[in-house]
Amino acid sequence: MRVIYTDNNATTQVAREVVEEMLPYFHDLYGNPSSMHSFGGQVAGKLKEARQKVASLTGATPDEILVTSCGTESDNTAIQAALASHPDKKHIITTRVEHPAVLNLCEYLAENGYRVTFLPVDRQGRLNPEDVYKSISNDTAIVSIMWANNETGVIFPIEEIAQEVRERGVVFHTDAVQAVGKIPINVQQVSVDMLSLSGHKLHGPKGIGALYVRKGTKFSPFLIGGHQERGRRGGTENVASIIGLGKACELAAAHISEENERVKYLRDKLENEILKRIPNAMVNGDRERRLPNTTSISFEYVEGEAILLMMNEFGICASSGSACTSGSLEPSHVLRAMGVPFTAAHGSIRFSLSIYNTEEEIDFIIEKLPPIIERLRELSPYWTHSKMEATAV
Amino acid sequence: MWEYTDKVKDHFLKPRNVGEIEDPDGVGEVGSLACGDALKLTFELDEQKRIKDAKFQTFGCASAIASSSALTEMIKGMTVEEAEKVTNEDIARYLGGLPKEKMHCSVMGRDALEKAISHYRGEPETKVEGEIVCECFGVTDVEIERVVRESHLASVEDVTDYTKAGGGCESCHEKIQEIIDKVHGKPHIVHRKPAPLTNIQKIKLIEETLEREIKPSLKQDGGDIELIDVDGNTVTVKLRGTCATCVASEVTLKHYVESKLREMVTPELIVEEVQ
Repeated sequence: MRVIYTDNNATTQVAREVVEEMLPYFHDLYGNPSSMHSFGGQVAGKLKEARQKVASLTGATPDEILVTSCGTESDNTAIQAALASHPDKKHIITTRVEHPAVLNLCEYLAENGYRVTFLPVDRQGRLNPEDVYKSISNDTAIVSIMWANNETGVIFPIEEIAQEVRERGVVFHTDAVQAVGKIPINVQQVSVDMLSLSGHKLHGPKGIGALYVRKGTKFSPFLIGGHQERGRRGGTENVASIIGLGKACELAAAHISEENERVKYLRDKLENEILKRIPNAMVNGDRERRLPNTTSISFEYVEGEAILLMMNEFGICASSGSACTSGSLEPSHVLRAMGVPFTAAHGSIRFSLSIYNTEEEIDFIIEKLPPIIERLRELSPYWTHSKMEATAV
Repeated sequence: MWEYTDKVKDHFLKPRNVGEIEDPDGVGEVGSLACGDALKLTFELDEQKRIKDAKFQTFGCASAIASSSALTEMIKGMTVEEAEKVTNEDIARYLGGLPKEKMHCSVMGRDALEKAISHYRGEPETKVEGEIVCECFGVTDVEIERVVRESHLASVEDVTDYTKAGGGCESCHEKIQEIIDKVHGKPHIVHRKPAPLTNIQKIKLIEETLEREIKPSLKQDGGDIELIDVDGNTVTVKLRGTCATCVASEVTLKHYVESKLREMVTPELIVEEVQ
């Protein structure tokens, strides 16, 4: 069965060009870049080029790029580094809609002597920058706010917030894992001190990420070991993946306009057609300030997992904001923070597109989804009730 | 990704007996939109008082739909007395098993069946029995006790899988554990009164607790504490650093220092600050 992959905020297909660049580094050029011999040493040169490409995507310089094993490590490194280099400060500011890499770390820190402010968002998933500024105190060690939300795609006004936070002398970190490669980002124009990105969200391999650390930012290593990454992260370089990340960043830079034109067009078409064809459906999140590839749509009176499994029958891959799993039976923390009503929160589906999606695929989803929702609603006791109420009115 | 059996997939993709029987003999409704799943079961009897037809409407995940569909198939042809004996384990077995995390779907089926049977018998709608333990999903101690006993559950996680209780904010986990212990007849842990401490033991323990627990935490706020004397159960201390000038020092002393020392040393202790 063919696969229609619209779950790119979960992970992406590794670009063919990326795989090709990586392959020589497994079997042929397997030397250690730290070795004295030229067989290993030649790899160091290639790594330098890759680091340059990663830096270029966000307007950074190569020595401001710290390669990590994933977005989660980047987030953990950034926050722990800020705390370690400001030992007298015990306050952290973040939001209620962060990725678990930040959210769960902050909850852990809150249990271990730190004070954490989790800022709310409004019904559209927007953050009020004033809330950030009001929360800053002399005790604040770091403000960590995501650039774009993984579930709704809502983009926070990071330019503005970063500027204001810097003026107050506090370290600012942003988890830009979902934003890098989808929207233009230039750290020369935005006052972020640290920024996390991840390889597998931008058609690079899994298991590789990076943290941008602005020159002059106080830093303390998270992973202590060898001299790699200029002493800021020990461990032999994941050579092939770094090469892959470099290539992926180069491609992302080249594709950014396509992402914001063709992919956005496909996303808008998908969203508008779904809303037109399916009653009692609504978009979660601010439609004006959103990633070009993401849409989160709620279908009232049906449950997300059931929708996903029915789409799965057609090879359509998406994800749901309501994981009906043990341990997290409640709808996603993002939708709850936004105050999405229960009637809709349980039936939310996120489609996240990429440059590899075709219009034909989008048309296929548009054709297959309405009967799925209709079928599940026929099964649902609430749908008949709501229909009866509607006709009674 | 859930590992569903082919039978679950089949009942989910081609559910049997969807809908609502007009003028049913029995109706049972359980769950709610807020909980993420709900089931309305209706049945009608023939002249021999056997279940002639059963229909369902379900809001929920794939296994909730499959469990409902399976239930209606299972009870058709049964007498009410036979249907009454159907357990959630029977529903799961009929489907070739359910993922552990989805067992609550089969419990929902059994609950709806029970409700429908008591409706048929004209029994008064039983009000929520027992006390709510899980606020997030409105699960009572009676329900938890029953599922622990019937399905031989051993952990809080099991209870969450079967009833959803404890799957939200998790603040009820302790209560659930108590219920499990009670059912399995675990003796309630009685804190044995320790032998009285000698003076020297007591002073040592106070010193240790101050060093290990209290000082590091006060130091986070720039404060410190010094032990001056121990006389019987009266501990005299001196607050230093920011604590010395802090208006809340009395609170720190009584609510934090004293309660910590009482916890770690002996409950009779009284902490006073040297004047």
